[in-house]
Amino acid sequence: MLALKDVGKTYPNGVHALERFSAEIPPGEIIAIIGGSGCGKSTLLRAIAGLDRASAGSVTLDNAVITSPHAKIGIIFQEPRLLPWLSVADNIGFGLADLPADIRRERVASALARVGLTDKASAWPRELSGGQAQRVAIARALVPQPEVLLLDEPFSALDAFTRRDLQDHLLDLWADARPTLILVTHDVDEAVVLADRVLVMRPRPGRLFETITINLARPRDRKSELFDTFKRRVLTALDRSLDRSVRDVTDKSSAGEAMWW
Amino acid sequence: MAMTVDLPALEQTAAPRAAPARWSRYARPALGLLVPVVCALGWELVVGLGYSNGRLVPPPSKVFQTIVELARSGELARHILATLWRVGAGFALGVIAGTIMGAISGYWDFAKRLLDPTVQALRAIPSLAWVPLFVLWLGIFETSKVALIAVGVFFPIYLGVMGAILSVDRKIVEVGRVFRLSGPAMIRRILLPAVLPAYVVALRVGLGLGWMFVVAAELIGASEGLGYLLLDGQQLGKPAQILAAIVIFAILGKLTDWLIEVAAAPLLRWQDAFGARGGR
Repeated sequence: MLALKDVGKTYPNGVHALERFSAEIPPGEIIAIIGGSGCGKSTLLRAIAGLDRASAGSVTLDNAVITSPHAKIGIIFQEPRLLPWLSVADNIGFGLADLPADIRRERVASALARVGLTDKASAWPRELSGGQAQRVAIARALVPQPEVLLLDEPFSALDAFTRRDLQDHLLDLWADARPTLILVTHDVDEAVVLADRVLVMRPRPGRLFETITINLARPRDRKSELFDTFKRRVLTALDRSLDRSVRDVTDKSSAGEAMWW
Repeated sequence: MAMTVDLPALEQTAAPRAAPARWSRYARPALGLLVPVVCALGWELVVGLGYSNGRLVPPPSKVFQTIVELARSGELARHILATLWRVGAGFALGVIAGTIMGAISGYWDFAKRLLDPTVQALRAIPSLAWVPLFVLWLGIFETSKVALIAVGVFFPIYLGVMGAILSVDRKIVEVGRVFRLSGPAMIRRILLPAVLPAYVVALRVGLGLGWMFVVAAELIGASEGLGYLLLDGQQLGKPAQILAAIVIFAILGKLTDWLIEVAAAPLLRWQDAFGARGGR
């Protein structure tokens, strides 16, 4: 269980990026966090990853308080961030340095096969396409078998076809060990295709606005009417979240803001 | 089926393309040789036909002859070894000091603020201005020469290492943090490989300066070395000897630079080098 309790972040320059964000995420759940720019999505993800410390509240994974990167928590960034001096295989095995070489080789080989890049094992990262590179990044994050995998707009730099391909592929890979996935995105389609729950955030300061549960069976048909219904719901929530006249659903302290206009 | 139909067509287009590629591989460097070779042959001809006596500007054959004579008497090897030793020692000292100081300043912000202004101020001094001081402090023999070369080598290495560390991509460092690398592991697995390309460039610039300063050091006062051959040639009016020394300097400089390049090549294969494919 990943528990976020009143997580807040104020940067040293005074920017109040995130305020009192709370959520409980059971193992294996897929969460999509969506919201306009400046709503603290990435801040939240970096706090869960332990890359930046929250300035208020706490992140706990199975009773361990997260203040720095944790072995059970992996992260995939918007860019693949492969190490250009390592081959594709060595990039995937980067997080396995502590394991004996034969086990490492075996795991890397199976991961390569799983993402369909066995023939690229000894290629340099610069020789990969954007989609291939991001698949290597996914493999690198999954190979240490994390319990929680964080994804920070992982497919936003890719073209629409590759993106759709990788979304399906991600679900495939997720089904192997069913880690908790927390995905930050600004793509409504992506959120509805992947997530069990969509958390809609609102900006300035970033906070939770609405939670939408997507109880659709997988694999989800992007063209079905039900899919559209959920998409519309998320879109409506997004629109409302950016409308300053709408009060926070979960808010207890918006009296000041209600009088703003 | 489509493949078997396409194949002959592919071969047809590939074949004529390969030929110019092979041609240009040799033709391109050859083109660069054209001007010096024509000049050299032209001068040889002018002197040979008696239009000039070639006393001040000896023809290539005379220069070559001088090199052969020096080599035969064993003088050449002695001078080359002396110069190589000085460059080697000065280069090694400069590289060690520059690498350590550059690494400290690049890695540790406090050290950079403490040391960098001083180093930059010292860098602004033309290095040859140190010569009288070094001679006073270290004597006129080897030590002062090696020190001068080391000073010349130090600055590009220092700047190169510091700049390379400062410009390591934060995002790549973050990957190291996500995988919870310890300090030493972060240096070994992320920082060193990231810094290496810039370091090789710094080494090559440093070596070039090392060769420059060995000439200065040997012109000041030496009884052996290629710089001494230059000075000796001037004082005794032997331009062929001066040109011979210059030619050997050029060959040695290019050769040592090439050695660094070759030694570093296997470590830098991952780079998408501009020059790797014949650099258009």
